[in-house]
Amino acid sequence: MHLTITHTTRYSYETPVHYALQKIRLIPRDTPQQRINDWKVQITGGNREVIYHDQHGNVTELMQIDPGASEVSITASGRVETRDTAGILGKVYGSIPLWLYLQHSKLTKPGDGIREIAATLEAAQDKLTGLHDMSARIAEAVKYGSGQTYAGTTAEEALKGGKGVCQDHAQIFISAARAAGIPARYVSGYLMMKDRVEQSATHAWAEAHLDTLGWIGFDVSNAQSPDEHYVNVATGRDYLDAAPISGLRQGSGDESMIVSLQVQQ
Amino acid sequence: MVGENKFFDEMSGHNGTVRDAYAAYHDWFAEQDAERLAKKSQDAETFFRRTGITFNVYGQSEAQERLIPFDLVPRILAQREWTKLAKGIEQRVAAINAFLHDIYNRQEILRAGRVPKHLIVGNEAFLPQMLGFSPPGQVYTHIVGTDIVRTGEGDFFVLEDNARTPSGVSYMLENRETMLQMFPELFSKIKVQPVSDYPKNLRRSLAACAPSSAGSKPTIAVLTPGIYNSAYFEHSFLADQMGAELVEGHDLRVVDGHIAMRTTQGYKRIDVIYRRIDDDFLDPLTFNPESMLGVPGIMDVYRAGNITIANAPGAGIADDKAIYSYMPDIVEFYTGEKAILKNVETWRCGEPGALQYVLDNLKDLVVKEVHGSGGYGMLVGPAASKKELATFAEKLKAKPGNYIAQPTLSLSTVPIFTESELAPRHVDLRPFVLVSPQGINIVPGGLTRVALAKGSLVVNSSQGGGTKDTWVLED
Repeated sequence: MHLTITHTTRYSYETPVHYALQKIRLIPRDTPQQRINDWKVQITGGNREVIYHDQHGNVTELMQIDPGASEVSITASGRVETRDTAGILGKVYGSIPLWLYLQHSKLTKPGDGIREIAATLEAAQDKLTGLHDMSARIAEAVKYGSGQTYAGTTAEEALKGGKGVCQDHAQIFISAARAAGIPARYVSGYLMMKDRVEQSATHAWAEAHLDTLGWIGFDVSNAQSPDEHYVNVATGRDYLDAAPISGLRQGSGDESMIVSLQVQQ
Repeated sequence: MVGENKFFDEMSGHNGTVRDAYAAYHDWFAEQDAERLAKKSQDAETFFRRTGITFNVYGQSEAQERLIPFDLVPRILAQREWTKLAKGIEQRVAAINAFLHDIYNRQEILRAGRVPKHLIVGNEAFLPQMLGFSPPGQVYTHIVGTDIVRTGEGDFFVLEDNARTPSGVSYMLENRETMLQMFPELFSKIKVQPVSDYPKNLRRSLAACAPSSAGSKPTIAVLTPGIYNSAYFEHSFLADQMGAELVEGHDLRVVDGHIAMRTTQGYKRIDVIYRRIDDDFLDPLTFNPESMLGVPGIMDVYRAGNITIANAPGAGIADDKAIYSYMPDIVEFYTGEKAILKNVETWRCGEPGALQYVLDNLKDLVVKEVHGSGGYGMLVGPAASKKELATFAEKLKAKPGNYIAQPTLSLSTVPIFTESELAPRHVDLRPFVLVSPQGINIVPGGLTRVALAKGSLVVNSSQGGGTKDTWVLED
């Protein structure tokens, strides 16, 4: 499937920026599930300082917002050719050893709730079925909805709250898989919802690793494994590792953010 | 000076006969008037106060500025002793660099099973952010301060490797300066190898590690947490001595893909940063977001290859005391040779059997936290009360993997000058090692720390230790 994507993030600042940096992970790479054609990231109101591969292999850019700017916009756009591999990325490895994906981060540290889910997975005879069952169980336990969680909400907190977004679903899944001894990671990217061009937000899902199949994707929020409607942009141990944009700003005043995302065939 | 010495005394051996390295000094000392020396000792203190060498002690209610006591009797090594030591240190430091590169890239030593994976997994000193990356020149430990202890004529052991920001080199330099001022005649009588080249060598070594994009004269800066840090004196001293900039995090920012410092003429690019702040505080955008001491974006600039950070973030994994216990294997794995310098026998309390042994013999052992440094949080069995032993035993049982134990070493002694006479006190030695793609350079000498209390084995300055000038004789 050929997907055409335009993803714009626009920040507005109440008081002009004195000094601010943003780390951007918005450049997808070729994988067995996708091939990238003509991808670019355009910045207005800021300046690209460096570009490099981070430890997960994500192409990462550091941007400085122009001093005095009160608005900056970042547009990632291009065309991606995707293919349906039944959610299986396979045995594709970077510089991170698998055992690191068994290590909990601050956001994925399990509590009692997640440990209970993990126990069921651990007892499952067939791990692939166990992972699918777990995905359904998490979707059941945590209803999709915004407003209750934020970027710093941990997996356990989101589970307790019973309501969350794709980021929470993915992190609960990751946390439980790790607790059950299965390496897991976070993926941030795009999903083309079939009924619309204008998508509401960037998406996130999880990948788990089985020795038999390699990496397999699980989109808890949509109760399916990623197919040709998905574009993988960045991976990491949790949201913080893979966040499309994260930044730091000196000075006071509020900021607001508007995202527009079009994904179409 | 005659009689049986229980401990090896570096001046008079075990039997009271003055050893060769000390012969000339001993003769000179015999001719000195005790009162004059006592006066000199006071002069030294005045000198230190005037130059401002003081030291803040952590863990006291008020950050108390204190002078590290200086003893005027030098610690002396013969050239041949030094040559052997230096060879051993060089081998070990080369292996540590190879180990760090391996751990952050292919991890062959883990796959070969020579170092157990669990020592790296979940270790806070291991930084995933360094994975799949080679620092400029492939150097991780630009500056190392290997702690050496001696127990006999030819028996040297490495106690700690200090692969992350070792301090104390300013004392080495100032101690020599003080001795030269107080006893110029001694140095014309006895040929001592100079240490004064250290700042120049440090500069050269750091410059040789600059990113390839840097010009022929790379700009070097020392990054300090600021005046409240216990080693602030050393930070400003070193910057001054090597002609580098002394900066704090808020002086720096990202400019045109590099880290640059604010000057009166605008921003000036920095190629090599000798940082004296911990990994966790280095970059709030990558590590601890609360850090006010660091430089946002420096890790991004680093991974893009546009700056050298000395020592490399994540180098501290080599200082872990459980990893230390594998150092002979690490040396063999990367150099293909047996380690020249010995390790102190170490029990890893996390291993079954070892814990029981350590608990049974606690009163004879020294127990350390695997991630600790500076003598904090350790137990010296022979010096501990029954109650202290019992309390520590509980801590051990609760978290055995957090501790290692070592025998109480019979550290060598060197005499100190006490009012009117010489009295033996235990010492260790920290030589300073510089690593660059051009090679490994060790200044002939180092910092000798001395436990000033009679019988004490704890030489850390934070625990009441003093220092001595360290001489390596010319042949």
